[in-house]
Amino acid sequence: MNSSPARETASGTGAGTEAIRIEGLRKCFGELEVLRGVSLTAHKGDVVAIIGGSGSGKSTLLRCVNFLETPSGGRIVINGEDIKMRADGTPTHRKQIEKARTRLGMVFQSFNLWTHRTLLENVIEVPVHVLGVPRAEAIERARTLLARVGLSEKADTYPAFLSGGQQQRAAIARALAIEPSVMLFDEPTSALDPELVGEVLSVIRDLAAEGRTMLLVTHEMKFAREVASHVIYLHNGIIEEEGPPEAVFSAPKSERLKQFLQTVA
Amino acid sequence: MSHLVETLGLASSLQLLSLSPPGWGANLLRGLVNSLQIAFGAFGFGLVIGLFGAYGKLYGGPVVRDLLAVYTTVIRAVPELVLILILYYIGTDLINQMAAALGYGRVEINGVVAGIWVLGIVQGAYATEILRGAILAVPPGQIEAARAYGMPPFMLMRRVTIPAMMSFAIPGLANLWLIATKDTALLAVVGFNELTLETKQAAGSTRAYFTFFLAAGAIYLAVTLISGVAFKRIERWARKGQPSLRSGGA
Ligand SMILES: Nc1ncnc2c1ncn2[C@@H]1O[C@H](COP(=O)(O)OP(=O)(O)O)[C@@H](O)[C@H]1O
Ligand SMILES: [Mg+2]
Repeated sequence: MNSSPARETASGTGAGTEAIRIEGLRKCFGELEVLRGVSLTAHKGDVVAIIGGSGSGKSTLLRCVNFLETPSGGRIVINGEDIKMRADGTPTHRKQIEKARTRLGMVFQSFNLWTHRTLLENVIEVPVHVLGVPRAEAIERARTLLARVGLSEKADTYPAFLSGGQQQRAAIARALAIEPSVMLFDEPTSALDPELVGEVLSVIRDLAAEGRTMLLVTHEMKFAREVASHVIYLHNGIIEEEGPPEAVFSAPKSERLKQFLQTVA
Repeated sequence: MSHLVETLGLASSLQLLSLSPPGWGANLLRGLVNSLQIAFGAFGFGLVIGLFGAYGKLYGGPVVRDLLAVYTTVIRAVPELVLILILYYIGTDLINQMAAALGYGRVEINGVVAGIWVLGIVQGAYATEILRGAILAVPPGQIEAARAYGMPPFMLMRRVTIPAMMSFAIPGLANLWLIATKDTALLAVVGFNELTLETKQAAGSTRAYFTFFLAAGAIYLAVTLISGVAFKRIERWARKGQPSLRSGGA
């Protein structure tokens, strides 16, 4: 992993270099306004946990960040690069979006591995074909990453023959292979059987500990409290409350957050 | 064995089918080669049309989608024989008119090219529907993951959508290929020397109708059987990564 850039570990927003900044992000689906002006900043090494009820707009927020959904308004700055959008939110340059996306390692709730490729092929796909890394080098790195997530033995196996936990760990290796500036996790353990949740969380925990920057949407409150440097509570498309985990979880100010924490506890 | 051949009167049949004159075997083989050439060409041309057609139907604008809907509906509604006649005469007529406009005389139309063009357009309509269905069957998450990692659209199609849809498309495409091999017989009506017309001529000249049409039938059957083996292999390859439905493991 010597090729990954040096990372500053920040213990909260405000320190270190800015990795991603979202300003006044809005998203409408027709009449329905799902995000109504969300702003957040993550510096290098920050782990921003995003919590909130079902339908509060958490997935939409992450999907807007890498333009899987076209934002309806606002501003997104990745690694200091302002993604140019038209007034209606559509990105001006496809190439710029594609380049920005290669800095964002997305991990999906339902893994979304490419089923016609082995784990190793999944992990080298983007480095080789999108980023132009020489194949031999990509394979070597991929083997290291698969070993890291405990899947050395499964490198030549197809995803369909693996458990959900193994697939999600492979998906994390695929995300790491692009050496992302920011990792985006959208409820990475929600589709897993309870006994498989732990193995995935432990991989994410290690990543947090080594100073990876991440936006982590999760329903695992204990885990969020443990790894997050900053917690955001999203309600109806707006940040209802945010702060360091101790404050948000132990001394919530908003009534809604109090209720929410009771229901998920 | 030779005794049996003689008593059934097969000796003369075998003589008629022999590859060297006075046998007509070589003519039949030439017809087969022509038929296969057209079938291959038309199938390939149809696949190209089908790929564009499927993407157009799924992601094209309203005009493109309407045009494609007209294309697939008309082609699938009108009997193939009629289509072949229409397309053949329209095609040759257009080419001759163009040639005349440019100051050339009548152009001799290459039968293989004409056959590929005519059958390819027919095949394209079916391929459009098969591939459209197959693309829709690809789990959207896999396409989304590719987009999320910055794959440009054409690479995404080549690296993710097409390989992932293969296993859904192969059974339909295998059928389409068999239809292509048999539809070549319809080209006999426009006087193209494919297997069926060669057979008809051989039969007509020798009056051995039964022998020759039986032989042609056997040849078509052999093509189908060999194709079946080939497609089984292709399907196994296309289904790589998917647990076997039959035995739970290869
Ligand atoms: N593609 C879409 N079209 C229309 N509505 C959508 C779409 N995606 C999400 N929504 C709506 O947006 C709201 C927020 O969804 P989502 O971001 O998935 O919530 P969460 O991830 O917090 O559960 C929901 O009401 C959902 O129905
Ligand atoms: Mg969600």
